[in-house]
Amino acid sequence: MKVTLHIWRQSKASSKADFAQDGSMVRYELDHVSPDMSFLEMLDVLNEQLVHQGQEPVAFDHDCREGICGACGVVIDGVPHGPERGTTTCQLHMRHFTDGAEIHVEPWRAAAFPVVKDLVVDRSAFDRIVQAGAFISVDTGAAQDANAVPVAKADAERAFDAATCIGCGACVAACKNASAMLFVGAKISHFVHLPQGRVEREQRAKKLVAAMDHEGFGNCTNQYECEAVCPKEIPVRVIAEMNREFVRARIREEPAAKSVGGHG
Amino acid sequence: MKWLFDFWRSSVGGKVTMAITGVLLFGFVVAHLLGNLQLLSGPEALNAYAHFLQSKPGLLWLARIGLLAVFGLHVATGIRLARANRAARPVPYAMEDTVQATFASRSMVFSGLTLLVFVIYHLLHFTFGVTNPGDFARKAMGAGGHDVHAMVTASFSVPAIAIAYAAFQLVLFLHLSHGIQSLAQTLGLHHARYTPSIKVLSVVLAALVAGGNMLLSFSVLTGIVRVAS
Amino acid sequence: MKLDARIPAGPIQGKWDARRFELKLVNPANKRRYKVLVVGSGLAGASAAASLAELGYQVECFCFQDSPRRAHSIAAQGGINAAKNYRNDGDSIWRLFYDTVKGGDFRAREANVYRLAQLSVNIIDQAVASGVPFAREYGGLLDNRSFGGAQVSRTFYARGQTGQQLLLGAYAGLSRQIGLGTVKMFSRTEMLDVVLVDGHAKGIVVRDLVTGEVRSHAGDAVVLATGGYGNVFYLSTNAKGCNVTATWRAYKRGAGFANPCYTQIHPTCIPQSGDHQSKLTLMSESLRNDGRVWVPKQQGDKRRAAEIPEHERDYYLERKYPSFGNLAPRDIASRAAMQVCDEGRGIGDTGLGVYLDFRDSIARLGKDAIAARYGNLFHMYAKITAEDPYSRPMRIFPAVHYTMGGLWVDYDLQSTIPGLFVLGEANFSDHGANRLGASALMQGLADGYFVIPYTIGGYLAGQKAGAVEVDRPEFQTVAAGVADMTRKLLSIQGKRTVDDFHKALGRIMWSKCGMARNQAGLEQALREIPALREEFWRDVKVLGSAATLNQSLEKAGRVADFLEFGELMCRDALERRESCGGHFREEWQDDGEARRDDENFCNVAVWEHAGPEQPPRRHTEPLEFENVHLAVRSYK
Ligand SMILES: Cc1cc2nc3c(=O)[nH]c(=O)nc-3n(C[C@H](O)[C@H](O)[C@H](O)COP(=O)(O)OP(=O)(O)OC[C@H]3O[C@@H](n4cnc5c(N)ncnc54)[C@H](O)[C@@H]3O)c2cc1C
Ligand code: HEM
Ligand code: HEM
Ligand code: SF4
Ligand code: F3S
Ligand code: FES
Repeated sequence: MKVTLHIWRQSKASSKADFAQDGSMVRYELDHVSPDMSFLEMLDVLNEQLVHQGQEPVAFDHDCREGICGACGVVIDGVPHGPERGTTTCQLHMRHFTDGAEIHVEPWRAAAFPVVKDLVVDRSAFDRIVQAGAFISVDTGAAQDANAVPVAKADAERAFDAATCIGCGACVAACKNASAMLFVGAKISHFVHLPQGRVEREQRAKKLVAAMDHEGFGNCTNQYECEAVCPKEIPVRVIAEMNREFVRARIREEPAAKSVGGHG
Repeated sequence: MKWLFDFWRSSVGGKVTMAITGVLLFGFVVAHLLGNLQLLSGPEALNAYAHFLQSKPGLLWLARIGLLAVFGLHVATGIRLARANRAARPVPYAMEDTVQATFASRSMVFSGLTLLVFVIYHLLHFTFGVTNPGDFARKAMGAGGHDVHAMVTASFSVPAIAIAYAAFQLVLFLHLSHGIQSLAQTLGLHHARYTPSIKVLSVVLAALVAGGNMLLSFSVLTGIVRVAS
Repeated sequence: MKLDARIPAGPIQGKWDARRFELKLVNPANKRRYKVLVVGSGLAGASAAASLAELGYQVECFCFQDSPRRAHSIAAQGGINAAKNYRNDGDSIWRLFYDTVKGGDFRAREANVYRLAQLSVNIIDQAVASGVPFAREYGGLLDNRSFGGAQVSRTFYARGQTGQQLLLGAYAGLSRQIGLGTVKMFSRTEMLDVVLVDGHAKGIVVRDLVTGEVRSHAGDAVVLATGGYGNVFYLSTNAKGCNVTATWRAYKRGAGFANPCYTQIHPTCIPQSGDHQSKLTLMSESLRNDGRVWVPKQQGDKRRAAEIPEHERDYYLERKYPSFGNLAPRDIASRAAMQVCDEGRGIGDTGLGVYLDFRDSIARLGKDAIAARYGNLFHMYAKITAEDPYSRPMRIFPAVHYTMGGLWVDYDLQSTIPGLFVLGEANFSDHGANRLGASALMQGLADGYFVIPYTIGGYLAGQKAGAVEVDRPEFQTVAAGVADMTRKLLSIQGKRTVDDFHKALGRIMWSKCGMARNQAGLEQALREIPALREEFWRDVKVLGSAATLNQSLEKAGRVADFLEFGELMCRDALERRESCGGHFREEWQDDGEARRDDENFCNVAVWEHAGPEQPPRRHTEPLEFENVHLAVRSYK
């Protein structure tokens, strides 16, 4: 099959301070696309073609190419990770496009995710949010026997549903408000359903929300677009849980503990 | 106080503020509608209701101030969040698309601001008597100075006014149809089993409120209510 | 090159305790004055960095992905072994030890493997404490499944993404330390060389992949946890970024490279669909718990699976290996698949594939039970192939998956370069000639959580803290060399792309040094690879600049190293005149079963770099088996 691509090309990295773009959408024709190719393999073919023509190949993040590392991700015709539900860009196959299709490919757009180059963005904001408290404070060696604390299967499953987040950032890219609440909600939900994680639930809720706000993500207005594009189909339930956890933590906080909740 | 301010300033705190003020505003709109429905059961009923309100100035003013505060907070927070959200996406997509977000959910700011316009007009109309002094004057004349019935019916007998009111109700419907289920989600009420029903309920309630108001708007033109002579 | 494994004396059960007691300790107050450079943020690297920081050392951690959470460990699906014996089915530390030594075809070091089995139990505890949501039963206790090469149920799992959940656990610990400021994280940073000062590893030279800056980092010790080199075959189940660069450059600085020819071909991967293919996707081996492997009895039978009656199907694993059946170890299952395909009984258009059939288990357990166990794997399969594995059998074929070879390390995981420690898949230590399923995650975490924190102290205690700074001439020269190579790659401006060369190398490696190897083929490969390498340096086309993100440039550097490394692999395969585990030499077999030569090859082959264009020197570390006696490995 043949496709016509419109791809965002940008050589100079934009920063949080300066979003001035020297980028633009560039048109490329591509023949000999096989329906069995993944979307990224299609971009590989384009890049080989570009190199032969002496043009710089399109930069895009990817690694595992099986939908688990969360590195890949571009906005395809306005939808992060493309038309298929529960699918990462690397798992999207060209058989889902018609022959002769016009495809628009853009990077995640968010102030908190500055473009590094072409389709590559800087998602380190997610790492900093995790560093602020998305963990259980246990040192190596301090653990008790794994079966000492039983965990109801239902709880383990709920925690798991949230823990499947691969940190791709599609939720932010899809949200009209560039909100990261599905990601942060997933982190909070993962830990709060496990007895091991419940110990620090209040600190965690406050610190993660503070860190999230600090990074300049938008606010959720319950549009549920994130849930629709999340490759792991993480439900917006986790956002409701995050709201609950945050309010609970603020209400229960002792005046003394005011300081807590500062940015990470 | 600082505690409250910090809470309000946080993203989730802002959301929750919208939700809580949202509930209250919704409550007011419902109560207000119920009160106004007296219009259908004749002058005495409505005026009695108005008179009842007037007879408790303390309570009335408390309610008004409270309402004003809630409304102000709702608007201020809404605008604050909206501005933050704009800033969060400095560069728009060349190709925009939406998978499942409803139109209502995407136009909350628009519908909200339109409601603001409505409320201001509405106050100038019935509360301060700026827009239609004639009708407003009629209020003072009859029923011990509280002939609300006369005032309202006189105004709604003017097609332009009736239509304007009705039009605004569509916006109210838009705002509430997303708003009601949205506030449930914001307040952490989400459950695989009940959430779908809550979403339906949200639309139904919004329709009832807006519908009720529309009914009143057209009550005179449709002849359900006769203009007080 | 002297190879002293430094295995503690005494009975095997007591060796690790003995070593931990012998090891000198670093005074807690002094720990913060030592800096450790950890390259890699996978299970091995992340757990090591976090654990060392918790002890009080300053740590700097590096990875080439944009986030440490994306290390290739994330892709592990099936599970992780531990001798918890929660099933009460006869498991024990000794049995895990025995299974692993036997599974490795008696080419691993007993003492290391025993320690691994001992530590396996702590790993599960640590993981659960850090929030890893392992599968559980209704009673709330942990569930287990069985895996290839074992007759007990000792594999802990988290749906089909055990690797991601374990890595997120380690990453959470690492993130906690980064937040506390005890670990400095450098993402999108590629290590390109090791710096030796007076023969000790005291630093590394890296390239910032975003700015292109070439930078030096000094420390008191260097830990490499940079994963495996399966991508030397171009097509493998490894992530695209997996490379040999870090270990290869360390090798060129004097670290011995052990058993490079030991590569594992995984039996259950999705067959290749065309030459546009950029990587192969694994279908976890755990599927073999409930799936039955078969091919048609007669050759060239092109009927659809459903149309082939029971009596015309050959469940060849169950037939050949009655006691292990579909759970035969990987090397054996892979070769068996290759055999039936060579016999012309392979399925699919290419004839390169066999069926993995769930019909019977779905009938037995119901679709829901199967979905609960393998739901996301089936989902993944359906996405890639557009076929529904619930209604028709999966098509699978072997693919390169894991590399048992790696930098040689002693019992303390220290390479032949003092101060250079190697963890996880990057070292050669525990899996011999073949790795059993669910044991790499175990090894990576054992190394990082529970071995290196002790053994590195033993080394550091003898070192003066912070003795080396980056302004030393040693750093300048190494950094200059790195910058040169980058410049050279960009200056060639030839005609062929990097991927083009990589694919060519992959074809040579797969056909001559893949599932089956023979002298003629290997000798031919040893002629073809240098020629290809020569052409690469003459004709490769790398565009763009060195001062920005330049993915072609990154690839070019990695492929350049693969082009040198591939040669060493073939050399090692040629010299090992026996068949063992993943290394199958056609000359040494009894109708398809590997024939070992314990007389001459019961050893580890360790290669020493002898300078550019010089043939490397081969050394050996003899392997003694005092606890498991050498036997022909049979799963019949
Ligand atoms: C598809 C698949 C499924 C698997 N399933 C299982 C399973 O079910 N059970 C099991 O036990 N094992 C499994 N394995 C094997 C196991 O996942 C790996 O062997 C193990 O995770 C390796 O961990 P590691 O920490 O050693 O290396 P990795 O996780 O590969 O980490 C390597 C790290 O080094 C960094 N790095 C590499 N080179 C450089 C450089 N030059 N400069 C800077 N940083 C660098 C990378 O950024 C990365 O952070 C599987 C492997 C694959 C491919
Ligand atoms: C009587 C009039 C109003 C009523 C009854 C009302 C009601 C509500 C309700 C119930 C919500 C949902 C809260 C939530 O999502 O948690 C809401 C949200 C919102 N309102 Fe109003 N509102 C009114 C007026 C306004 C006005 C004048 C504005 C002007 C800015 C406004 C702006 C918003 C915005 C931006 C939201 C979205 C917040 C969100 O969805 O989380 N509203 N409103
Ligand atoms: C067609 C429907 C409506 C009718 C007939 C109506 C009628 C009235 C009347 C008669 C008053 C003046 C009462 C008095 O001063 O004696 C009033 C006040 C008011 N109305 Fe409405 N109203 C309607 C819809 C709404 C809606 C939808 C809103 C909000 C979004 C609203 C908000 C208010 C407010 C804030 C006041 C001032 C209350 C006060 O002064 O205490 N009204 N309305
Ligand atoms: S929540 Fe979903 S979309 Fe958002 S980062 Fe995680 S996996 Fe990606
Ligand atoms: S799309 Fe955005 S508005 Fe909320 S529900 Fe998702 S974060
Ligand atoms: S490349 Fe790893 S998720 Fe797509």
